[in-house]
Amino acid sequence: MVRIIFLVLALLLPGVAAADVADVYDFSDRAQEQRYQNLIAELRCPKCQNQNIADSNAPISKDMRAVVYRMMKDGASNEEIIESLVGRFGEFVRYKPELDSRTFLLWATPAIAVFGGLLVVAGVVIRSRRAGPESPALSAEEKARVDKMLADEDKPS
Amino acid sequence: MKRFLLFLPLLIALVVGIVLFAGIGKDPTRLESALVGKPVPEFILKDLHNPETMLDQSLFQGQVTLLNVWGTWCPACKDEHDDLMWLAEEKGVNIIGLNYKDNREDALVWLDRLGDPYRKTIYDPRGTLGFDLGVYGAPETFVIDANGMVRFRHVGVVNETVWEQTLLPVINDVQGNG
Repeated sequence: MVRIIFLVLALLLPGVAAADVADVYDFSDRAQEQRYQNLIAELRCPKCQNQNIADSNAPISKDMRAVVYRMMKDGASNEEIIESLVGRFGEFVRYKPELDSRTFLLWATPAIAVFGGLLVVAGVVIRSRRAGPESPALSAEEKARVDKMLADEDKPS
Repeated sequence: MKRFLLFLPLLIALVVGIVLFAGIGKDPTRLESALVGKPVPEFILKDLHNPETMLDQSLFQGQVTLLNVWGTWCPACKDEHDDLMWLAEEKGVNIIGLNYKDNREDALVWLDRLGDPYRKTIYDPRGTLGFDLGVYGAPETFVIDANGMVRFRHVGVVNETVWEQTLLPVINDVQGNG
């Protein structure tokens, strides 16, 4: 009797666990699962626009996850999977847009910012080097004044 | 050179200002359909009214069609229903319905009660055609030309304003070219 109860409980348990998450997919190995997770993390939900389809509970995200999984099972490459979704929902669903004339500035901005920063730093360094020996921080006259002030301070009043 | 550098912050502020200003008033939730300029995806689905009849993409050949995606679970679809009735009855617009992720009984009751503006209704309970069309939120309305090409997609409710300012110009344009 106890055995039967355990058996029933053991059969029920996976059902309870599966009910917790939105969808449960089987993968043949860890690498496949990781690949699936990476794909759904870089695809954007068209409905809830600031979420990827991994995080989104929108029905459309669920459908998109199902298609990603099905295409993976059918042996499609990452490119093919993403292209097929872009073909339906537009470039919008890519969190990593293709490099083309429209997105060039987007991709180039970090490089431009770093390059600009380097230019500024180089400019500052070159200017201070050049200016360094000829014009010390204080002129002779100023130096004399400072010395005098410091000497005055040392005297007990 | 020094003088010029003084104006640099102003210049940057101006450029950033212009770029940001261009984005004001744009609705980021309106996405252009990826299918514009492409044929309606292939499909074979049942007719909502006659489960024995199969419908496919040849349904869109021969005349300009509005393809309206709806479901009884979608409150906004109820809002636009009267306007669709008006378009079908008063304006004689050729509308095909796509009953999306719904069940037949509910859909038939709905059409019985509110009226049926559709020449035909495609029954897509699993949302397969909807997915191929890139539907991400009902209601959506597609303008399809006489060759079965998708020409425009409107996301959201269709009403008199949308019809006059958005859909009608597209339809006139499509008819002019086709």
